Amino acid sequence: MSAMLEIVRLSKHFPVRNGFGRQTGEVRAVDDVSFSIEKGKVYGLAGESGSGKSTIARMIMGLTRPTSGDILLDGRNITGDTGTRAYGRKVQMVFQNPGSSLNPRRTVGQSIAVPLDAHGHPRSDRTRRIVELLEMVQLPAEFASRYPHELSGGQKQRVAIARALAVVPQLIVLDEPTSALDVSVQAKVMDLLVDLGRQLELTFLFISHDLSLMRNFAQQVGVLYLGKIVETGPTATVFENPQHDYTRLLLASVPVISAEEAAMRPVIPLIDGEIPTAEQLLALRNAGGPDSQRIEQ
Amino acid sequence: MASETVSAAPPRRLSNAYQNWYRFSRNPTAVIGAAIVILSILAAILAPWITPHPDHVGAVVNFRARHLSPSAEYWFGTDNVGRDIFTRVIFGLRISLLLALVVLGTAIPIGVTLGLLAGYFGGWVEIVIMRLTDVALAIPPLVMALAVAAVLSPDLINSMLAIAALWWTWHTRLIYSITRQLRTQEFVEAAETLGASKFHILFREILPNCVSALAVKTSLDCGFVILVGASLSFLGLGIQPPTPDLGTMVASGSAFLPDYWWESVLPGCAILFVALGFNLLGDGLRDLFDVQEVR
Repeated sequence: MSAMLEIVRLSKHFPVRNGFGRQTGEVRAVDDVSFSIEKGKVYGLAGESGSGKSTIARMIMGLTRPTSGDILLDGRNITGDTGTRAYGRKVQMVFQNPGSSLNPRRTVGQSIAVPLDAHGHPRSDRTRRIVELLEMVQLPAEFASRYPHELSGGQKQRVAIARALAVVPQLIVLDEPTSALDVSVQAKVMDLLVDLGRQLELTFLFISHDLSLMRNFAQQVGVLYLGKIVETGPTATVFENPQHDYTRLLLASVPVISAEEAAMRPVIPLIDGEIPTAEQLLALRNAGGPDSQRIEQ
Repeated sequence: MASETVSAAPPRRLSNAYQNWYRFSRNPTAVIGAAIVILSILAAILAPWITPHPDHVGAVVNFRARHLSPSAEYWFGTDNVGRDIFTRVIFGLRISLLLALVVLGTAIPIGVTLGLLAGYFGGWVEIVIMRLTDVALAIPPLVMALAVAAVLSPDLINSMLAIAALWWTWHTRLIYSITRQLRTQEFVEAAETLGASKFHILFREILPNCVSALAVKTSLDCGFVILVGASLSFLGLGIQPPTPDLGTMVASGSAFLPDYWWESVLPGCAILFVALGFNLLGDGLRDLFDVQEVR
C-alpha cells in the first residue's frame, strides 16, 4: 500500500501587522506538520478550534498557499499546481456548513453540475449523472430542481457529498462534515460516508473535534495542538493510551454514558471548578504542581 | 372562517415562482408601483392607438383651439398652438421611458461587470476600478450632460450618453460591496475547489446573489433617470421640438403660468406619476427581498 496523501513538514505562518502595516509578529497556524494517509484509509485529524485543522484542509485544496513544506498526492508534489484541473479531479472537499457551501440561488442540480462542467463531462450525459449522484447519496432524483432552503441540514450535506463525488476523486477532505448537523443526522451521514468510501475506494482526511465520531471512523489519528501534531498513531492506541496531556484533555471532554466508559477516560484536575484550557493544563504540569500526579494517572 | 379548514393532505410543494408572486401580491406598495409602471409602459407603446389626437404629435397649428382648459374633448387642455396636451403627454412618456431603458441598459452591464471584477479579484484591479468610480461619482450627471451638450450638440442621444457615462458608478459600488461579502463565503470557495472557471464564479455563483439588490436599485434608478432626463429637456438639452417630451412641455407651458396652468402642471404630474411608480415598485421589491433574506 502506498501513500495517497503525504504531508511533509508543512507550515503556514500568518503575519501580524500593526496599524501602519508593519509586521510585528506572526501566527504559526500550522507548524511543521507531517503525516501520510494510505490509499483507501481514513485519517482523522483532531484538535480544538484554532488548532490549524482547517488551514491544513485549505492548503490541501489550494485555497491557501503554504509558507513551506510539501504536499504529495499519489507521490506527486502538488504544492505548486494546486487548483489545476488534473489536481481538482483527484481531491475534493466537503465543507463544514452545508448551509453556506451550497449557493442559495442555485438549484441542487445546478450545484452538482458545476464540477461536471468544469471537468468537461459531456453535456448530454449531465442529467443522468446528476440523478446517479443523488442516488449514491440516497436522495430522490426530483431534488435536482430544489433550492437549498427547501432541504434539511442532512439533505444539504448529502448534496455537498454528491457534488464532491461528481468527478470521481480519490481523496476527499472532510472538514467537520457533521458538526453543523443534529446528532441523529450525524450518524446517518457518517454511515453514508463509510459506505461510499468502501464502494468507491476513497481515501478520507477526516477533520473533526468530535473524538467519538473519529474513534469509529478513522484508522489513524493525529492530534493537532497549536499548529503542531502532538500525537499520532493508530486510533485504538492513541485513544486507549494517550501520551500527551492535550490528547487526554480532548478525551476527557467527550461525553460518556456508561460507568465503564467513564472509568476509561483520563482524569483531569478542575481549576476553579471548570475544565482547564489546554494552556492551563500544560502550565500546571510543567510547574509540577500538586495536581500533576493526578494528570499522569 | 368556516371554509379555512386544515387539510390533512401533505402540503403540496409550491413552485418558487408562485411563492414569489404570492408574496409580491400581498405587498400593496409593490403592486401599486408595478401597476403604474405597467400602465405607463403600455400607454407609451400603444400611444398612436389610444390617444384622441395622434396627429398633434407633430408641428400642428390650430389657433382657434389654443389655451383651451381641460374638457371632455381635450382631457389635459391644449397648448399655445392648440395641440391636445393629453396626447402629447402620452407620447412624451415614450421619450422618458426610452431614456431610462437606454441609460440603464448601458450602465448596468458595465457597472455590474466592473463591480464583480473589483470585488472578487481585489488588489490592483480593485484599486483601479474603485478609484475610477470615485472620480466619476464626483461629477453630477446634470453637469456632465450640460458639458456634453455644450461640446457636442444638445440632443437626446448625447444626453443619454452623458448620463449613462456616469450612472454605472452606482451599480459598480453596489455590486462591489456585495461581491466583497460573498467572496469569502464557502459556496464560492467550494466552486473554486470544484474547478469552476472565474467566469462561472463571477456570473453564475455571485451574480445570482446580487439580483435582488440589483432589481431594487434598477427600479429606483428608473425614476431618477426619468427625473434627470426631464430636467435636461426642461433646460432645452433633451429631444428637440416638435417631438413631445414631458420636460420640454413643462418648460414651454411655464411661460403661461398661472393663467393656463394645465400646460405645465399636468405634464409635470405625468413625470411625478411615472417616477413615483418606479419608486414604489423599488421600495416594494426591497421589502419583499428583505423578508426573503430573513427567512
